Formats: sequence, C-alpha cells, structure tokens
Amino acid sequence: MKKRVLFLFAAMLVFGTVLAACGTSGGGTSNGKKDGVKVAMVTDVGGVNDKSFNQSAWEGLQKFGKDFNLKQNTDYKYLQSTSSNDYEPNLTQLIQQKYDLVFGIGYLMQNAVKNVAERNKNAHLAIVDSVVDAPNVVSINFKEEQGSFLVGVVAGLMTKTNKVGFIGGIDSALIKKFENGFKAGVKSVNPKAQIFTQYAGSFDAADKGQAIAATFYGKGADIIYHASGATGNGVFTEAKTRKKNGQNVWVIGVDRDQYDAGLPEDVTLTSMVKRVDRAVYDVSKMVKDGKFPGGKTLEFGLKDDAVGLSEHHQHIPEDVLKKVDEYKSKIISGEITPPKTDKEYKQFVANLNK
Amino acid sequence: MSVMGILEIIIPSAILSATPLILTALGGVLSERSGVVNIGLEGLMIIGGFIGAVFTIWFEHLGLGAASPWLSLLVAVVAGAAFSLLHGLASITFRADQVVSGVAINFLALGLTVFLVKKLYQGSGQTPYIDYRIDKTNVPILHDIPIIGPLFFSHITYTSYLAVILAVVVWYVIYKTPFGLRLRSVGEHPLAADTLGINVIRMRYIAVALSGAFGGLGGAVYVVTIATNFGPMTISGQGFLALAAMIFGKWNPLGALGAALFFGFAQSLSITGESIPFLKDIPNVFLLIAPYVLTILALAGFVGRAEPPKADGVPYIKGRR
Repeated sequence: MKKRVLFLFAAMLVFGTVLAACGTSGGGTSNGKKDGVKVAMVTDVGGVNDKSFNQSAWEGLQKFGKDFNLKQNTDYKYLQSTSSNDYEPNLTQLIQQKYDLVFGIGYLMQNAVKNVAERNKNAHLAIVDSVVDAPNVVSINFKEEQGSFLVGVVAGLMTKTNKVGFIGGIDSALIKKFENGFKAGVKSVNPKAQIFTQYAGSFDAADKGQAIAATFYGKGADIIYHASGATGNGVFTEAKTRKKNGQNVWVIGVDRDQYDAGLPEDVTLTSMVKRVDRAVYDVSKMVKDGKFPGGKTLEFGLKDDAVGLSEHHQHIPEDVLKKVDEYKSKIISGEITPPKTDKEYKQFVANLNK
Repeated sequence: MSVMGILEIIIPSAILSATPLILTALGGVLSERSGVVNIGLEGLMIIGGFIGAVFTIWFEHLGLGAASPWLSLLVAVVAGAAFSLLHGLASITFRADQVVSGVAINFLALGLTVFLVKKLYQGSGQTPYIDYRIDKTNVPILHDIPIIGPLFFSHITYTSYLAVILAVVVWYVIYKTPFGLRLRSVGEHPLAADTLGINVIRMRYIAVALSGAFGGLGGAVYVVTIATNFGPMTISGQGFLALAAMIFGKWNPLGALGAALFFGFAQSLSITGESIPFLKDIPNVFLLIAPYVLTILALAGFVGRAEPPKADGVPYIKGRR
C-alpha cells in the first residue's frame, strides 16, 4: 500500500506537476464574510470523483454550502492531493486561508492531519475514518457494526441455502466490526444459518477474492458480504459468472453503493454504505454553531443515518425491509447493541440462545 | 467435503489465478534469455491491464459485444510491446543499467495509467466495470470426462488454455528453432554470436518487445477474467510474482509454467484450506504464508541452483571483450 503511494508519487512528479499547480493556485487573500463560516476539505489521491469517500465528503460539503448560502471557492472548497506529499501543504494552505474547519478525508491522511494540527494549535481540523489524538482535531468514525448488522439481517432472511459468507480484507479491529456486526445480524433472524468467514490478507487482491468467493459459493453459500476494497472486485466477478450460468447468488457491497460493480448480471443485493457526506455536514454545522468538538472521536451510526443500506435494494422483498426497519429502531433505541469484537459476538450469540 | 469436491474447487481457481502469471513469466523468459533483465514486468502488466479495461469498454460502446475482451487482448499485446521498447531503448541502445530501467518502467506505467484513467473518465480513480468478461466456462464434451473433466475442463477460462499452449510454443521456439538458438546465444555469449553474424542488438530488441507483448497480455487477462475494471490497485505485485516464477522455473518456459501453476495452487490451497479437515486446525496465517514458504523451500533445496543466462543484465558493446 505504502509502496503504491510512493510509486504514484514518483510518477506523478513527472506527469502531474501541471495538475499540482492547478490544485495549489487560488486566492490567498479572500476572506469571505466575517460572521459566516468557512469550511474546506483535502482529498486524498482519489480525487472528488472517486465514487467513494472523497466524492461523498464533497457532496456533503456542497450541501452544507447550499443550505447556508455559502459561496464555493471562498467559503467552502476542496483541494485535491496528487500524491501523499500534498497532504500537509494542502491542509496548511487552507488553514492559512482562514478556513474555520479543514477536513482530511481518509485514514491515509492521519499523519498529515496530526502534524499540521500540532503546528497550528489554533486551527480546527477533522479526520475521516481514523483517529487523531489532538485537542484541535475531531475524529469522524462510523459504527460499521450497526450497518453490517442490518445487511446481516437481510442475508439471514434471504438466504435459500441457509449458508452465507463474509470476506474481509485485512484481519484488523476495523474489519472485525463489519464481520461481527454482520454475523450477529444473520444469527438474530436465522439462528440455524451457517456463516463462512475468511480474510484475504489484502485489500487489492482480486484473484484471492475470486478464489474465496468460489470456495464459499461452491460450499453452498448464496449471499456473500465483502468488506475488502478492491479484493471485492473478484467476489463480484465470481458472482456474475455464476449468475450468468443460472446459479442464484448475491453479493452485498460495502462503503458505497456498489450497484454498478454487480452489473450487467445485477448481483448486488444491496450495499452497506458509510455516509461520509452526512458526517461532514453535521460536523460543519457544529462548527457553524460554535460547537467544535475538538479532541473528540465522533461515531456516526444509524441514529445519524450515516450507515445503512444503499438506495439500490430493489431485490429485497418488502417484508424483509420491514424487518430491517424493526431492527434499525431496536438498535437506535439501544435495545440491541451489535457486537464489534469476537468476544462481544460470542456474548451476543450466548444471549440470543437464552 | 469430499476430496474430489475440494479438488474441484482448488484446481480450477489455481489455474485461473496462475494464468496471468504464466503469460507474464513467459515474457520474462524471452527477455532474459536474450540477456536483458526485465524488472519491468509489473509495469508491462499494468499497461496491459489498463489497455484491457479501456479497450473492452470502448469496443463495447462500438457494439462488438462478447468479442470486446478478446479484441482488447490483442490491443494489449501491441501496446505492451510498444511500451517495452522504452526499456529496450534505454537498456540496449543507451546501455543503461537494466534493473534501473526496469524499475523506471514500473514507475512510469503506474503514473501514466492512473493519470490517463482520470483524464478519460471524468476524474474518476478507476475505470468503469466492463460488461463483457472472459468467463469461466465448461468445455463442451470434455467436461463430462470423469475425474479430469471436473478438474481441468470445468470452471475454466479459455485464456488459461491459451497460456498453456503459448508456454509450449515458446518452449519450442526457444529450444527447437534457429531463432531460439540465436536468442539464447546472444544471452549467453553475445560476442561469439556477433562474430557468427547474428545481429545482437536486433535480437535483443525483438526479445524485449516480445516480453512486452506477453506482459501486456498477462495484465489484460487479469483484468478481463478477474478484476473487471482497472485502478491503481489492480495490478499489485503480480508482475514480481511472475518474475519469481521465471526464476523458479530456471528461465525455462515450461519451468515458468510449472512454477506459476505451483504459486496458484499454493494460494488456492491457502484459501480453501479451511474446508479441509487436515488443514483446518492450522492457524490461517500459516496458510497465507504457505505459498512463499514453499517457494523458498523449493528454491533452496528441490530445484537446485537457479542459474541465469551468462550475459543476463550485461549490455552488449560491439568489439569489447
């Protein structure tokens, strides 16, 4: 991963100097309204059309701008990073332009946000999908286990073979939240269901994803939930091939609405989306109201409508959706707490069986 | 699960993930047999993967349907060959350090393709997904044969057969034709070859272009059979794995074929291992590292010394002894 970024950097030096110049130009003197609020974000190398976090974050910022009559490029804007070496200069530049809040999008920017926050004690920063422990940084995280629980409910109710699968990227605390939430959701509605889980050991090995999916489908699973980045591409390929040959299999996507990844055979049952736009909007609003939650780690979940099923879920029947809503309100009310760790999951299942 | 059931899962997925490695490793063999080290295989695969995705999408727009991925493979072959000529130019004509030039190819390929993807698809970090893939299929008639039918003729892509056939073809060309003899001679002792009237520079250019063609094909096959789109993470390390397969296979096309299949098998075993009673109790991490450990063991003890062609990596300068 790190090597990739380095590779990208070196090559971008050759090809991207012009682009970089575009990114860093812009009025350094514009000050905007005195009483208004100015918010900005720095994308990672994906850019604002990455169909993922950066795009979602920018949509949130745009909505915020529209709702409060802010002007693009003076009151709210983004800077694109063409390499990991752009993170710190971009963040610093926005702070110098007197933005009240600067977002760093994605865990890749963790170090950059940390360093910049230390150097600019008065600046207000936010990091998405990671934690930076500094008094002037707010860390934005998601309760992935809650959204995963709901797609688990869908899988548990819709499986015809009583076998479902979970494919993870790298075995880590973060991905464990997806796994355990999902498993708990399945078991809640279908205690007899068998759940296969496996980690590919990487987020960019589509061939491994495909091989694992082949194994799961071969063992009789008909729905697979993946939380494995580009490894998931292989999962989709396997599902599409099988569907083409008449086997009724599904994939549940992750992070964003992965409807397009399931085409043309249409194998995406739904996706567990993380609404970065909601989180960005909410935190921007807090700053506007003068309530910057510095030093805190905010966890956005079902209550904030920041995780959940994607808009594309036309293959899920009405009664299943009703059940999903039921569980959703139970989670929001605190009646059910989806497990995050293996230990919590064991406890959860033990309680179910009581 | 029964033994047969397990094998029916392991073998086809081993062959599937080995296919791009076989093709790329063949490219490596051709280049290094002529005396040009090619670290740039990864970069050539990246170019091939990019071309494979972009042209499949383009051909789909033109309405070519299921022929799109196959035609894009042809384009990837040409593009890979053309791109590898940069490596040829630097390392043959300008006698640059071949390892450095190869690394530069890797840098360049990744930066260039990511840049172009952004330009072509409205700033997006990756290409759209292709609609027409080269899918795993059952070979008519043959897949009904007991035992070998389910193992080798079911759930398999035709590109896998292409890779195996090409491996045999390359072996034949290198060991049984005058062209192959010349190729090997410029890699072992270019001075002697030159005095016998073989154009060393030309032979090496041809070999490097061929390695680009195979590398490009390997990358494109990965995209149209497995990844189904192209982004900066699509090809990550497969080129180096192909390089390892080439060394493991002792610079022999059939050896490279076997090594790539072995890698695929080890990986497949690590994935399906959890379903096998005997392997189930082993912690997952051991299964994940198994391919690499097996490789080291095999290199250390079982295949003997891996010896490259004598003049591998040495630029040829006319008249110097």
